[in-house]
Amino acid sequence: METLLQQTVNGLVVGSVYALVALGYTMVYGILGLINFAHGDVLMVGALVALEAIRLLQVHAPELGLVPTLLAGLSVSVLVCMVLGYTIERTAYRRLRNAPRLAPLITAIGVSFLLQTIAMIIWGRNYHTFPQLVSTTPLEPVAGVFITPVQIAILVVSALLMVALMLLVNKTRLGRAMRATAENHKVASLMGVDTNKIIAATFIIGSALAAVAGVMFSSNYGIAHYAMGFMPGLKAFTAAVLGGIGNLGGAMLGGLVLGLVESIGAGYIEDMSFGFLNSSYQDIFAFMILGIVLIFRPTGLLGERVADRA
Amino acid sequence: MKHTLVALAVLGLGASSAYAQEVVKLGTAAPLTGTQAHLGKDIENGVRLAIEEYNAKGVTLGGKKVKFEVQAEDDQADPKTATTVAQRLADSGVKGVIGHLNSGASIPASRIYNEAGLPQVSPASTNPKLTQQGFKAAFRTIANDVQQGQAIGRYAATKLGKRIALIDDRTAYGQGLADEVDKAVKAAGGTLTGREFTSDKATDFLAILTRIKSQNPDVIVYSGMDTQGGPMLKQIKQLGITAKFITGDGGCTGEIAKLAGDAIGANAFCTQPGLPLDKMPGGKDFNARFKKRFNTDVQIYAPYSYDATAAIIEAMKAANSSDPAKYGAFISKVHFPGVIGTVAFDAKGDIKDGAVTVYQFKAGKWEAVQ
Repeated sequence: METLLQQTVNGLVVGSVYALVALGYTMVYGILGLINFAHGDVLMVGALVALEAIRLLQVHAPELGLVPTLLAGLSVSVLVCMVLGYTIERTAYRRLRNAPRLAPLITAIGVSFLLQTIAMIIWGRNYHTFPQLVSTTPLEPVAGVFITPVQIAILVVSALLMVALMLLVNKTRLGRAMRATAENHKVASLMGVDTNKIIAATFIIGSALAAVAGVMFSSNYGIAHYAMGFMPGLKAFTAAVLGGIGNLGGAMLGGLVLGLVESIGAGYIEDMSFGFLNSSYQDIFAFMILGIVLIFRPTGLLGERVADRA
Repeated sequence: MKHTLVALAVLGLGASSAYAQEVVKLGTAAPLTGTQAHLGKDIENGVRLAIEEYNAKGVTLGGKKVKFEVQAEDDQADPKTATTVAQRLADSGVKGVIGHLNSGASIPASRIYNEAGLPQVSPASTNPKLTQQGFKAAFRTIANDVQQGQAIGRYAATKLGKRIALIDDRTAYGQGLADEVDKAVKAAGGTLTGREFTSDKATDFLAILTRIKSQNPDVIVYSGMDTQGGPMLKQIKQLGITAKFITGDGGCTGEIAKLAGDAIGANAFCTQPGLPLDKMPGGKDFNARFKKRFNTDVQIYAPYSYDATAAIIEAMKAANSSDPAKYGAFISKVHFPGVIGTVAFDAKGDIKDGAVTVYQFKAGKWEAVQ
């Protein structure tokens, strides 16, 4: 039981990072029908920029406390990633908006390589130690479950951001314009919505979320390097599809479900399959679940609007 | 006109000295530029020292006095460059090669040496595959990963605790090493509580570590690189696991300590093929000679490249020829006291009784304990 609880906590923490990144995928897909493969690399840039900012602050403003330093680093990285997200949309995707579907997809992969290579030139190939400004020492175990302050911070921050995003999309003017653009951007523009601005805003918001996810990821594991965006990017994309791509609630649910499935899968697959499978099938297990869900619910768990898009 | 004269004079000199004594060129290849340049240079220096000492003593092959020379090539620790320099060495008529450093360079290059009929003795590559390709003249003077895996398993089961959990990163290196650990643990009377898997790109190990925790092992063996080992040590601490931790040479670095931060301590162990210099039979004397000649300290591999060179020259002496086709078969028969201990090879070409050193993390660095 202890183990099951611990695996659930592990899964929720990983899952909430996936969910945050998945939101970025799903928002862009919902509005443009484009899978932005560079999204995982925005997460990487977010983590590395924050690392650089924190290092500078530690040298030049050591009197600043731990949490203020982290928040300052986070703000810098969020700003940089917002600019980056806008630049990517403006330069790489906007001119291809009416091109055949394959062109922006390949461009997205190209942007991903470009970001990785630039990061490799700036920060090198080595793993960097990311300063863990929120403690990673476990708290007094409750019911045998170990949890660290940074994990709690991750759970709380992602929950808050998800609620904020839901409010933004469903309750504000910008959100209404976003929903209208997603519905049909030609008609939306006829109704007076500046779709270019709305699409740019979508990229900016998604990139900001990726930056936060990157900083949380690095704070949790204490590392950052130029290829770190690939795995979370892939997993988050899976989560978005699992929940129903294009659907915000689906991305959150998908992220959490994926995290839990992975964690519990890795922990119990060997016992469940009577030793036939083991933890090297951890990832396959997650994709199996995805396959099964898609067979019975082709639009994902909470899917909508996929049939007429794909 | 002047140049021609000089050239003629040089030619004349070369011809006359060749007449007096035959020149035998030996090749060495290692990364001489880049991040591993210091280790590559170490290998080259070991070869130079051996050759200079043999030249000073004088070697006679087939009735003729021979003079050994070195041709050093830079493989940049890169598999593709390694094959290029291997071809260059083969084309320039060297009689044998001491190299390379990285397994990833040695293995592709070994195919070229094999085709050219050149014996190759690596002073540093530990991947078992190097000597398992069926090439007759591929040797190494350093212990391979099979021997290392056995050492890890034995040490873990006899010194650290009976119940052992094993994690590997599913790479050729990690998996190969872990298979050997598995066998050795069982042979030494230990129990494997479970075997878990991760990847060389993973950062989150909480799920498998939680499972391991529920099996309550005394030791966690991790077979993979330092970039995963560091975060793994952190997560071990984070889950309140008190088991000891041991890893192979992939994790036996300063980098793992940097990445693990305060989560690494005296409960962390690692292994390196080979012995520290002060534990080698000829280590102290070798270090003095090396320092006198090159005015720098031995890094790691110089004793191994020195003995690799000696193995080739001893085989030439036994065959009374520097012809690779003739002396090649004699390398597997050499048996002499080298710097690193007795130099003799098994049927595959691996050093017999290759030593593996166990290190423990003490006061901020790895310290040899066995």
